Amino acid sequence: MTGLEYTLPVVWALVIGTAVALYIVLDGFDLGIGILFPFFRDESDRDQMMNSVAPFWDGNETWLVLGGGGLWVAFPKAYAVIMPALYLPVILMLLALIFRGVAFEFRWVAKPRHRKWDIAFAAGSTIAALSQGIILGGLLQGITVVDGQFAGGAFDWLTPFSLMCGLGLVAGYALLGAAWLMMKTEGPVELRARRMAPRLLGSLMAFVGIVSLWTPLMIARIAERWFSLPNLFYLAPVPLATVLLCWACWRGIRSGRTVQPFLATVGIFLLAYAGLVISNAPWLVPPTLTIWDTAAYVGSQVFMLIGTTLLLPMVLGYTVFVFWVFRGKLKPGEGYH
Amino acid sequence: MDLAPDTLVLLSRIQFAFTVSFHIIFPAFTIGLSAFIATLLLAHLRTGREHYRRLALFWTKVFAVSFAMGVVSGIVLSYQFGTNWSRFSEVTGNVIGPLIGYEVLTAFFLEATFLGVMLFGADRVPKWLHAFAAVVVAVGTMMSAFWILSANSWMQTPTGHEMRDGIAFPVSWFEIVFNPSFPYRFTHMLVAAYLTTSLVVLAVGARYLLANRFVEEGRTMARMGVGMLAVLAPLQLLIGDLHGVNTAEHQPAKVAAMEAHWDGSKPADLVLFAWPDAEAERNHFEIAIPQGASLIVTHDPNGLFPGLKDFAPADRPPVWPVFFSFRIMVGIGLMMIAIGLLGAWLWWRGRLFDSRWFLRPVGYTWSFGFIAILAGWMVTEIGRQPWVIYGVLRTSQATSPIPTSMVAISLALFVLVYCVVFGVGVLYIRRMLQKGPTPTVHAPDQALPSRPLAAAQRAAREALAHGGKP
Repeated sequence: MTGLEYTLPVVWALVIGTAVALYIVLDGFDLGIGILFPFFRDESDRDQMMNSVAPFWDGNETWLVLGGGGLWVAFPKAYAVIMPALYLPVILMLLALIFRGVAFEFRWVAKPRHRKWDIAFAAGSTIAALSQGIILGGLLQGITVVDGQFAGGAFDWLTPFSLMCGLGLVAGYALLGAAWLMMKTEGPVELRARRMAPRLLGSLMAFVGIVSLWTPLMIARIAERWFSLPNLFYLAPVPLATVLLCWACWRGIRSGRTVQPFLATVGIFLLAYAGLVISNAPWLVPPTLTIWDTAAYVGSQVFMLIGTTLLLPMVLGYTVFVFWVFRGKLKPGEGYH
Repeated sequence: MDLAPDTLVLLSRIQFAFTVSFHIIFPAFTIGLSAFIATLLLAHLRTGREHYRRLALFWTKVFAVSFAMGVVSGIVLSYQFGTNWSRFSEVTGNVIGPLIGYEVLTAFFLEATFLGVMLFGADRVPKWLHAFAAVVVAVGTMMSAFWILSANSWMQTPTGHEMRDGIAFPVSWFEIVFNPSFPYRFTHMLVAAYLTTSLVVLAVGARYLLANRFVEEGRTMARMGVGMLAVLAPLQLLIGDLHGVNTAEHQPAKVAAMEAHWDGSKPADLVLFAWPDAEAERNHFEIAIPQGASLIVTHDPNGLFPGLKDFAPADRPPVWPVFFSFRIMVGIGLMMIAIGLLGAWLWWRGRLFDSRWFLRPVGYTWSFGFIAILAGWMVTEIGRQPWVIYGVLRTSQATSPIPTSMVAISLALFVLVYCVVFGVGVLYIRRMLQKGPTPTVHAPDQALPSRPLAAAQRAAREALAHGGKP
């Protein structure tokens, strides 16, 4: 392996990893709003919830396109294995996102007969989150690959583990959504979100704990990475910091803080993500294909990296600008609609 | 693998054809519409006449709905390469992947950024900046078409690559991006998009004139629509001819299927109608102009070009879908030329706005451009079969290793969801057009950038509030 053949896939893994992390955090909170929708009965509450994410969700979802497209460009062999292996959850996610995206807007059009779009929004968001968790679980538990091709069954992804990952992500997104509402809304919506949040935090902690124990028990390679010496000392801060952030999140919720619960939740997500990367790097399709096995031709990676280096900062700048324009809290009855 | 690979390939093809056909309608419309809106805003800037601006803002609402549907249906496609065509993704990833990647980074984000200003900036930014944003969006849609058609053209006429162990590797990016059929296909598609929009604009204008509503706007739309058709429709015939000659050079089997030409040893007749019979390798009920096809394809009545029998049956595309789609496309193209020239003549005689015999039928032609585009894509995509990358990878070897039943389930779901969701969207556009360009009411619901759907929703709500009635 020459220098470029080694470093380029690492650079691309970082780029795509960042896009996916941004997607999870950004679309996480607006999917979370959809998941929490059924728990808020009042029409004006629901209006306020939707308005709080309305200016952002389009841009948030674009990171999903970049994640999927980037995977094809940089790691075509991984893309060609992962997508068929997780066929049904991917298709379900796409359909749920269509329904939810359109429902998001048509709900206002259909008023006062908007109930069907309320349902579409809540169900679409929940199914999309569940599918994403299942996709994650399906990838973590390993994909059957023979000669670089997917060689498993159509329902290999369907295991208690992947379902638990799906539920875990639903709980996590719901917490992100609740934290978002604490930060961006006032009045009854904020209060209700604050009352629900500790239970959501508890469930997220439970799910993170279960995954952290289940994966090393299920997969020896992961156990060795975490529990061998001296790794144990280097990696111990990750779970410790997670516990600390959970405490900060809980304190923030109880003491009426606005920004702290959201930042702490984002921190928990990023640490959990880092934990998964530590467990699996450099495997892209565990347990057979690494980032180097699946990387595109060096020339293709360079050609695309030039454009990405120039254009991605612009995209980031635009995203920051939109969030800045819509900073601050949204009062009941206030909105961009 | 599974027991019925043929069914798997067929269902995968139907699913891709279905989702991409639904998708192409919206971008084709928004490419033309954004250019139309930009032109109107520039005209307003130059002349200061208020009805240009009113028209621009009205069509911007229609644009917003179409653009939104284009976006959501487009996300599906970017994942479908992997879910249903994983072998294709692997073979072409090095070559086509970056083209798609550049589409996302250059066009997607450029459009998304300036779309906000275009949709919501009319009252917030200076007029020149608003017009500039519309121009940038129009350029963005063109750039999007540039990369997508480059990728598609490479699948038709692959160059600039080399195959190693069955995987394509780039050798020359210039030759990949500007492959032999790309300049023709790109121009042909771009002009098709402009023609389609022009016909919609003309048809809507004709309806307003007939109903004696929004007369000033109706006249502008009729003039602009007729003007575009009179210039672009004949030009499209020329471009189409050049594209056809290029196809004859690089994909002779496709041209043979388009002309239902079986025997390459004789000059080909121009078949006006026939029932091509692939089993018997001949046409039934043929009505033809002797040596006409030779004249068109080779520009010589005695010229020879390969017939379908010159290709092994396994290398021939399905004949009748290509043959009939081609005739639908050309037929609509000729009709557009007729509408354009007739309209221009009436305009010259000063009778364009009161010739009811002309306006009435034209009012019904709004959908023809879309039909022609879909037919044209069927010609080129079915005509490429049995290859997914011409001469490099067969469609039957490009699918994902998944059970047929999975594809059957997903296809059923796509059909159901698309018909409901996009049916509702098209209904909203119809209502907006029926309601027409009213003086803009400044609703308190100003939304901001990154929200193309917000204008759509606002517009649709206004349309609903009026019950879709004039």
